Amino acid sequence: MKKLLASTALIAALALPAVAEQHMDPNAKPGGNITVTYKDDVATLDPAIGYDWQNWSMIKSLFDGLMDYEPGTTTLRPGLAESYEISDDGMTFTFHLRPGVKFHNGREMVAEDVKYSLDRVTNPATQSPGAGFFGAIEGYDAVASGEAETLSGVTVVDPQTVQIKLSRPDATFLHVMALNFASVVPQEAVEAAGGDFGKQPVGTGAFKLGEWTIGQRLVFEKNADYWRDGLPYLDTVTFEVGQEPIVALLRLQNGEVDVPGDGIPPAKFQEVMADPEQAARVVEGGQLQTGYITLNVTTPPLDQVEVRKAINMAINKDRIVQLINGRAVPANQPLPPSMPGYTTDYAGYAYDPEAAKQMLADAGLPDGFETELYVMNTDPNPRIAQAIQQDLAAIGVNASIQSLAQANVIEAGGAGTAPMIWSGGMAWIADFPDPSNFYGPILGCAGAVEGGWNWSKFCDEALDAEATAADSMVSQEGEERLKMWSDVYMKVMEEAPWVPVFNEQRYTMKSARMGGDDALYVDPVSIPVNYDYVYVTD
Amino acid sequence: MVAYLIRRLIQSILILLGVSFITFFLLYVLPADPVRQIAGRSATPQTVENIRTQLGLDQPFIVQYGRYLAGLVQGDMGRSYLQKTDVATLIMARLPASLLLMVAGIGAELVIGLTMGVIAALWRGRAVDNGLMMTSFVTVSAPQFVVALLLLYVFAVKLGWFPIGGYGTPAHLVLPALTLGILGSGWYARMMRSSMVEVLRADFIRTARAKGLSRARVILRHALPNAILPVIAMIGIDIGIFMGGIVVVEGVFGWPGIGQLAWQAIQRVDIPIIMGVTLVSACAIVTGNLLADLIAPLIDPRIRIR
Repeated sequence: MKKLLASTALIAALALPAVAEQHMDPNAKPGGNITVTYKDDVATLDPAIGYDWQNWSMIKSLFDGLMDYEPGTTTLRPGLAESYEISDDGMTFTFHLRPGVKFHNGREMVAEDVKYSLDRVTNPATQSPGAGFFGAIEGYDAVASGEAETLSGVTVVDPQTVQIKLSRPDATFLHVMALNFASVVPQEAVEAAGGDFGKQPVGTGAFKLGEWTIGQRLVFEKNADYWRDGLPYLDTVTFEVGQEPIVALLRLQNGEVDVPGDGIPPAKFQEVMADPEQAARVVEGGQLQTGYITLNVTTPPLDQVEVRKAINMAINKDRIVQLINGRAVPANQPLPPSMPGYTTDYAGYAYDPEAAKQMLADAGLPDGFETELYVMNTDPNPRIAQAIQQDLAAIGVNASIQSLAQANVIEAGGAGTAPMIWSGGMAWIADFPDPSNFYGPILGCAGAVEGGWNWSKFCDEALDAEATAADSMVSQEGEERLKMWSDVYMKVMEEAPWVPVFNEQRYTMKSARMGGDDALYVDPVSIPVNYDYVYVTD
Repeated sequence: MVAYLIRRLIQSILILLGVSFITFFLLYVLPADPVRQIAGRSATPQTVENIRTQLGLDQPFIVQYGRYLAGLVQGDMGRSYLQKTDVATLIMARLPASLLLMVAGIGAELVIGLTMGVIAALWRGRAVDNGLMMTSFVTVSAPQFVVALLLLYVFAVKLGWFPIGGYGTPAHLVLPALTLGILGSGWYARMMRSSMVEVLRADFIRTARAKGLSRARVILRHALPNAILPVIAMIGIDIGIFMGGIVVVEGVFGWPGIGQLAWQAIQRVDIPIIMGVTLVSACAIVTGNLLADLIAPLIDPRIRIR
């Protein structure tokens, strides 16, 4: 990942043979079915729309984009593009498509489909939550405002070649092309679905949709024509929806379920880990997530940096981690440790209530102050808010807890009426493994507007300029760019608009018959499970 | 009778209109923006405004409500904001499961509740009466989530008599219906007991006894049909309570009904689905009440439809 840009030319030169798959597992046995459960129904399988926990990796298995990741890692690799070239100024990307790739409807995928798919996802009528990711493509603004139907920067050179021009350099562009939102879809199938492509998806992916009984079950069937030879291993994957995590766990113990998609319910975590037989089937992995408290820098007295620093020093993060059975590691900066650009030698604000109290007194608040802490009303978030409340009380800050439904907390955060918000349940999980993804919408000026996701309303124009400079780097300075990002986040911590609290770990469980590398079950990109590469052993 | 039906029908339509107005208004003033949920966190302000305009959410309340009603009278309940699917399709896919569970749940309630009530009334003041009334108190106050999980754990996981959640066979229906039955039986038990106690004291029962009829015949032929009347009327009201309670039970047992649909829609402020489910539930309640009122005079000639 760190050498992403450096390796670009190499990948381009290698021009992988059409369908050779390098990640075949010698122990894998093809065939069989697995059962995966989720609590929430699957809202949509339209790659332009789907942005949920349960449909993210399902869409990845039905569709492909030009770019992809090595299974179980955050390393980019070409997907539907066999190879690509980047112009010296970093503004033009030329993708050469793999020949002979077929959609589930039997038609061959061509460059025109790539153009159609990008036009579709950016068209306001599609209402894609991911449209904004394509903002660097030339002509995006005209499409977004409804003035143009197609992106002027996307050109079909020939049926196997598509060229994308950017209006500004974007170091993350290859990651953007690996997002679900950039999946290639066939126009005729989208139009035939009459506005409900999400229920009748047609892609090029390893699986195709076999059956969908709304509210009950989805069955994915192996795509026999899949362009990666030998994949997927499984014949079918059955998704059962509407299952409480605790019931899913009971069914797993009973041999009826292979993967409980929502993980191990917190109330059962210790019981499962205490049983060696069950604990052996638990897979732990990091995730690109940070849980934080936002401090609204426009609300007195939180507009004083000393007050925000004092609050940073008042929070006992170890105790909060204990509250959630140790399923996280304490955080000291916005980026999670597994994210490129993470600053390893930074100590953060140490827990020191006495010093925090002194700092408040120096800021003219010896008796503390009254404030409000907003929190989403599902467990364990109210309990975490209480711990934060107690920590704040210890330095004289009296925070009343506003425990609300998710949508209401998001509204209060966007409107800027919430002095403090505990991000749990709504916390930022990276869309792609790049440090820039933790800045723009949640710490940059662009997000600090009415209705934006920057709930601390922190806006530092100079820092924004540094961030833009880092993302405009094109050529081979991968390390230099990460250093620039590291600096940006260190400056953010100087201003302390957040209290970074912890980085949640992911725990997935699987049945004894499941095979495949553990990393596939905590895949950082195909969240939660990479269905294309797992298999059954019986 | 026809005049009565027409009057009730008009009343029902007015009630549904009222429900739709209040729900729509509450969703309008709710401090949560559906557009944010659709647009996602990386959306630019322009994207947000585009979506708002497309959905007509930038219009004044009365225009939005008028449009919704206009669609509704044409049989169009709109499309889900997040799923993009027709709301009627989503509801129709799930309604049969909810209705089945409701019928089975009410059946279980009646069987358990009425039996408890009759037994308690016959042995009133005795230990069995106290025991049953105590039980009814516990079932009324027990949390649904706990009872559902308890039944699931004992009868599905430990004993293996029933499947662990799901839908499809009669066996799948037993535990969710029993959960609803146990939880709702307390009301019926108490109601049936007091109604039965009252009837047993009535003159016509004394007369029946005096005629030398057997105790069983007096209870089954004379007391029970009279005592059950107020309970029948309660079923209509009960449908409303059911619609609320079904959400949790459907959740625990993975029962694919409209309760789960509503719950997820509320979380995401998916207004067309919330409106659709509310109206369908209101229809069920109104219909249930109407049926209860129509059935009552058939059982009890003292009640007349005017």
